[in-house]
Amino acid sequence: MTSLTVSETATRVDLTAAAALPAARLERVCVRYRVPREPVSGLKEFAVRWAHRRLAHVDFWALRDVDLEIGRGEIFGVVGRNGAGKTTLLRVLARVLHPTSGRVQVFGRAAPLLELGGGFHPELTGRENVYLYASLLGLERRDTQRRFSSMVEFAELADFIDSPLRIYSTGMIARLGFAVATSRPSEVLLIDEALTVGDERFQHKCLARMDEYRRLGCTIVFVTHALSTARQICDRAAWLEAGTVRRVGPATEVIDAYARWQPTTTEEKA
Amino acid sequence: MESVDLMWGREVYDSARQPPPLADEFLSLLRYRDLVAQWIARSVKTRYKRSLLGVAWTMVNPLLTMAVLTVVFSRLFRTPVRDYPLYVLSGLLLWNFVAQSTTAAMGELVWSGGLLGRAFVPKAVFAVSAVGTGLVNLILALIPYAVISLLLGVEITSAWLLLPLPILIAAAFALGLGLLVSTAAVYFADVMPTYDVLLMAWLYLTPVIYSMELLPPGVRTLLQINPMVHLIGAFRSVIYEGQPPEGGTLLMAGFTALGMLALGWWTFTRKARDFAYRL
Repeated sequence: MTSLTVSETATRVDLTAAAALPAARLERVCVRYRVPREPVSGLKEFAVRWAHRRLAHVDFWALRDVDLEIGRGEIFGVVGRNGAGKTTLLRVLARVLHPTSGRVQVFGRAAPLLELGGGFHPELTGRENVYLYASLLGLERRDTQRRFSSMVEFAELADFIDSPLRIYSTGMIARLGFAVATSRPSEVLLIDEALTVGDERFQHKCLARMDEYRRLGCTIVFVTHALSTARQICDRAAWLEAGTVRRVGPATEVIDAYARWQPTTTEEKA
Repeated sequence: MESVDLMWGREVYDSARQPPPLADEFLSLLRYRDLVAQWIARSVKTRYKRSLLGVAWTMVNPLLTMAVLTVVFSRLFRTPVRDYPLYVLSGLLLWNFVAQSTTAAMGELVWSGGLLGRAFVPKAVFAVSAVGTGLVNLILALIPYAVISLLLGVEITSAWLLLPLPILIAAAFALGLGLLVSTAAVYFADVMPTYDVLLMAWLYLTPVIYSMELLPPGVRTLLQINPMVHLIGAFRSVIYEGQPPEGGTLLMAGFTALGMLALGWWTFTRKARDFAYRL
């Protein structure tokens, strides 16, 4: 697809029109983890407890009645304390978790960049890992072949691409991960704290790519603790607290409110 | 930067409108077939990655086992089985295929927990790739088998052309069983070590190193309930006896394999959505 096809569904740059349409919608979404009161990992233990009707669970609601609409072409920040449900929100959008109740809709391909390095195998070469990771993201082999050189170039790893991954540094793996995950502009890109890895120069490169994608009309959902970065790049934001949406709106407003509410939080530098 | 189209609305995910799990898993698997291929390549390559012989181990390994068993059983115990090395190797190849791919299906799913929590992956990818990897290994191991046949002066007949049939039946069985045990392994950590022990017992209840003819008739009849008897029987009649498998054996093998596949698929897909919460 090197030429621009004009079709009903193809959206480009026009931000104002695009933002009116949803990229993703959550309606009364609940996610419940059932944690056994005491860990039962044995079959025998399970049988014994089941017989005694002592299979007690603790329900942990990671998300409770979350209603959100994320627009097309916006960078949507998600802030909140640890355990507030930010990562669970991304997982629900990425189809990793099926909501316990409620409805999740995503109106395009969602590419998760939840934790860099996932899916990489230490004994395989960088090249082999690129293909593996790309297929994990749902890319077809031909697509990966076509984009391969641009991925390697972006990650600045041309000299190491045929060495086994175990000799890579953490930063190199992170760079390769970001390069593969963002090689194809997906309609919705899900990023969880990814920018805290890698040196400053590479972080700038990542931010620049996110900006480029915004201009193409992609939606980026961005979970972060780096409030100053979030202020800089996000259009809108949601503040999660204990699995519920505490506030949602223009990024600066929401992030300021969150920062005021939690003055002890030291703002990390971007 | 190449020009790209964003295709909003072309691929829509709606948690409230998913096809029934039985079909959903199959459709996702079709869409992620490249991942299956990559995963098989990964498993074949990494298994012996840092060893000197590399993938050749896939062929050498059963040969060494065959050599040991041949020395033990044809010299020490004087088994009256024609071409014992071929007899034991043919049984061993199919046994290893089923045992290894089901064990791998379980291990890959359980150890991939981190992956399942990060990106959407059709959960059956792991079992399907494990069986695929097993198939690659089995086919590679058929090469030294053919060489030994020729060395022992055993003719390779046209019946070999039927080989895909018993292999596919065994693959269906292995996939079904692999899905079944991996579902159990997600919920109970001790399924894996238990399965190891059961496999060992099961091996001795299957005519891999001994022949059915050595057993008393009563035991022989009883062993007919063991599906591996029929799977190995069909496979062996083609590559060891050089004859098309008997209709009865083939029917029994095919029937149990399809039953196992249906049971495994049904159990697995019913629970698959829950896996990301558990692993």
